[in-house]
Amino acid sequence: MLTALVLLPAAAAVLLLCLPRSTPRTAFRVVWVAVSAAVLALALAVWAGYRDAGGIQYETHARWIPSAGIGYHIGVDGLSLPLLALTAVLFLACSVHALRGTHRVREFAALFLFLETTCLGLFAALDLILFFVFFDLSIVAMYFIIAGWGHKGAGRAALYFFLYTFLGSLALLLGFIGLYLAAEPHTFDMVALTAQNPLAGRSAYGALVLLALGIGLAVKTPTVPFHTWLPPAHTEAPAEGSAILAGVLLKMGTYGFLRIALPMLPEAWRSYALVFVVVGVVSVLHGALVALAQTEFKRMIAYTSVNHMGYIVLAIGAAAAAGGSTGDARRLAVTGATYQMVSHGLLTGALFLLAGVLYERGRTYDMGAYSGVAATAPVFAALTGVAAFASLGLPGFSGFIAEFQILTGSLGPRPVATGLAVLGILLTAALFLRALQRIFLGPLRLPEAPGTARPFADIRAHEGVAIVPLLALAVVLGLAPRFVLDVIEPASRDVLELLAR
Amino acid sequence: MSAPLWALITVPLATGTVLVIAGRRADRAAPAAGVAAAALALGLALLAAFRQPSVSAALLADLPFGLAADGLSGVLAVTVAAVTVAVLLFGVGDIGPGEARARFFGLMLLFSGAMLVTVTATTLPALLMSWEVMGATSWTLIAYRWQDTVRVAAAGTAFLTTRAADLGLYLAAGAAVAGGRTEALGDLDRLSGPWLHLATAGVVVAALGKSAQLPFSFWLSKAMQGPGPVSALLHSATMVVAGAYLLIRLGPLLAAAGWGADAVAWTGAGTALALGLVAAAQRDLKQLLAASSCAQIGFMVLAAGVGSTVGGTLQLIAHAAAKSLAFLVAGYWLTWLGTKSLPELRGAARRRPAAGIAFTVAALGLAGVAPLSLWAAKDVLLAAALERSTGLYAVGLAAAALSAVYSAKALWYVWQPRPDRPSRPDLPPYARRTVPRLPASLTLPFAALSLATVALSALVLPPVREALARTLGVTGTMPNAWEFALSAVLAPAAGAVAWAWGARRVPLPTPVIRWVSGWLGLERAAHAVCVRPVQRLATALAAFDDRVLDRGVEGLARGTVRLAGVMNRHAEAAVDGAVQGVAAVSRGLGRLARRPQTGQLHTYLAQAVAACTVLAVVLVLVR
Repeated sequence: MLTALVLLPAAAAVLLLCLPRSTPRTAFRVVWVAVSAAVLALALAVWAGYRDAGGIQYETHARWIPSAGIGYHIGVDGLSLPLLALTAVLFLACSVHALRGTHRVREFAALFLFLETTCLGLFAALDLILFFVFFDLSIVAMYFIIAGWGHKGAGRAALYFFLYTFLGSLALLLGFIGLYLAAEPHTFDMVALTAQNPLAGRSAYGALVLLALGIGLAVKTPTVPFHTWLPPAHTEAPAEGSAILAGVLLKMGTYGFLRIALPMLPEAWRSYALVFVVVGVVSVLHGALVALAQTEFKRMIAYTSVNHMGYIVLAIGAAAAAGGSTGDARRLAVTGATYQMVSHGLLTGALFLLAGVLYERGRTYDMGAYSGVAATAPVFAALTGVAAFASLGLPGFSGFIAEFQILTGSLGPRPVATGLAVLGILLTAALFLRALQRIFLGPLRLPEAPGTARPFADIRAHEGVAIVPLLALAVVLGLAPRFVLDVIEPASRDVLELLAR
Repeated sequence: MSAPLWALITVPLATGTVLVIAGRRADRAAPAAGVAAAALALGLALLAAFRQPSVSAALLADLPFGLAADGLSGVLAVTVAAVTVAVLLFGVGDIGPGEARARFFGLMLLFSGAMLVTVTATTLPALLMSWEVMGATSWTLIAYRWQDTVRVAAAGTAFLTTRAADLGLYLAAGAAVAGGRTEALGDLDRLSGPWLHLATAGVVVAALGKSAQLPFSFWLSKAMQGPGPVSALLHSATMVVAGAYLLIRLGPLLAAAGWGADAVAWTGAGTALALGLVAAAQRDLKQLLAASSCAQIGFMVLAAGVGSTVGGTLQLIAHAAAKSLAFLVAGYWLTWLGTKSLPELRGAARRRPAAGIAFTVAALGLAGVAPLSLWAAKDVLLAAALERSTGLYAVGLAAAALSAVYSAKALWYVWQPRPDRPSRPDLPPYARRTVPRLPASLTLPFAALSLATVALSALVLPPVREALARTLGVTGTMPNAWEFALSAVLAPAAGAVAWAWGARRVPLPTPVIRWVSGWLGLERAAHAVCVRPVQRLATALAAFDDRVLDRGVEGLARGTVRLAGVMNRHAEAAVDGAVQGVAAVSRGLGRLARRPQTGQLHTYLAQAVAACTVLAVVLVLVR
């Protein structure tokens, strides 16, 4: 079942490429949306069959390259299940949002479906090499999406993105090899490595492996100072590409921390947790402050991702703090970190799709070029307003549930760092209010660039169908979080138990 | 049993959400739906106040979402719901059919629903959620007329200021989790060590911010940019009183921390005095009322600090009625006369005496004139202050006199004879307008709130007051007769002086007057201390990102390319040269080796002789 879920989109991508070029575009679009919907249905079926008790379920273990200790090992638990569902939801939203696209539809659809396989595969992978393969393939697919369908400076930005994150993945591979060599017998199997805790008592070796893993995952997350690939990649990428890049691909970094670094290197993590706490806080504040200084809407959202992902790094850093009475608090922090991945995926996905709408109408992301857009596009303004308020952590949306858990959970173990990170909430409020104020409120003024003769149209049906469910889901997760928390909480308890070894 | 409580919060929140989502399509139905939902909520609030239910739902691990109506929150819920009904009724007339009525009524219901959750919340998540939603909806309400950039900017200031203070609640929640006291708000005072102090500080900051106490007061001045009904609701029974309510509710926490009670009491008293001065210095009616809100809420905060639950609650209810009434009349004048400037409002009360009388009732109430309820409320809470410290009592008494001064000032303007000679060019705008008769949607709330302001005087009577104390489940200090008498004389006396003084200039240096009438320069200070440094830091960090980090990575890439070039040019040449050299040497050796191959026998013989000779010599030498 899980294998079908993972491989279905790639199979569909191959099918699309086999269809003759002369096939009407509509057929490609229909296949794309239908396959994405089928993947979501499969993901929901997996969720429906998942038992809340925790542990790895839907496990598949096949021989692949046994001589090197590599196997095709996949499964889901409380950490990966919400992310699998998020991936399916976001890819469906993007396929709907791209319904009006005209530029090489067949290749675009095929690339997205292939990318979906790499994302699903990564979250399901229980073998380090499998994880690494999907990790790298996602970079490749995203490179082509940015370079092929991006804006003016896309080629350069795509190359920058590719080289930077690829370099990160090499560091990751080094770390994986370090783990492999330390294990006895040598293996890349995550379950075996987690159970073995191969670097127990070897602090220098553990520190080096953690350094390699940390750099690799920090580049992907991204945290300060490895975040500079993010703004150009987002600014130049097409809207759907940005939504997936920020919504799903960034989660690979933080997911890697929770799946690999914490359980397999508990000693090293505990010794160097403070580094991650500091990196997290700096990311929170630096991301928010730099976002505050941006004049381009999309670049600003890109920087808020640095801020939001910083909370996750802070939480998993704080989770390692010692102390008897803070056990519940740390579980709250880890649960909040996982919740934040889902929440940020939905909200930032919606925001990037909305930024795409803005660009499609006005041909610029420059906030200064717009004013009073709410007059001609009230629904667009309302949706962006809702997404912005949700993203600044307003209660009633998923972001609050996530950030509240992270902040309250981290305060006990790391009071000073968390006290500083709380300021991030105020800064994001300021920057989103300012953006709303500049673009949507005040007297009407639209950019006068070539190609903007058309009036600023309000949200079209396919855009609404793509964006509204994301925001609706954010509300559901904000008001009734239990059905997701029941899945995550056992997993975060397991992570903390592994970390305490 | 729990149904009324869930319904109490669901009815306004759900109706509000539906109205906002429906947008302009629901404009026609919005007023009726809005008022009906508010009325239903009032009924449910009354039911909840009598039945006192409590509910809880799982939200986060160990952090449930809990609501309850007890004595205090029941009384508060009824007050909130009642004022909402009156204000929404007024909104039917004030927000005309051409405007986005669904958005207005929907947001007002959301706002008031959030306040209902705030007052009934028993757990931290419930409190924080409603607390923040209230702040965000206040932004949307103040910026209701969003085409006007001034109003939008004012809304931003209000939201950001209150949210800055809200961070305190996040810290308090974190302290509760860290200290293991997450089940209920009432458990906070059982925290220990630093967590107790952090929780107290967080709650106090959040409450002072929401209640626009010093030094956060300036946001309330900005909030005046909202439509009349918004000001009326925001300033009377919701939002600004939420902070005072929270402090009254968490009195045990303040006491447990030791320093909390004193800090809160003095901040409240200081705000009552300072913002009373600010109010007296205003020449704009809405600004005067806004400053007076800060000052009057200062008394509630003072009450929370000195542990006078009865006094604080009395003050809160009485102020809610009087202040919402005053704002509704001010909003009416603003809409129909087009001005809120006091000099231009000369004679406004005489043009429509019904509105004038309503305003007078409200102003007398705010002035603390006996026997209206604010008079007794202040005495009850000041009696508790006197027990704590004489200084506190004196400051409170001075602030009470000030409230009479600014109320008399407002009354003096609106009851002046109308300026005649309507042909003058500098004629107030209203003089040219024809003022229509008061529609029922206005007279009804005016009458109801006037009646409430007067009727609440019953709370002054000792049996009623004791009944209230029993409902709240507290026993407090009751003032002596001389205290009642003193304030009963003081308020009219101060008011009379202000009335006699009229519009003459106060003999103070101009900078001082400008400082006081400009809300003590608080906003400018906030900009200088917080906003501008943060903006500068943001710009600097963005430049750092672009010029240092990004350039650094690019430099690394460029360096790699350059290294490749160097390798290409030099290292490659060297390696290739070595290979070529080996080839050349081999070729040379080969050429040399070809030399002896002459094909002539005698050369070969000579070579053999030479070789043998060499061999023989070597043999001999080696041996």
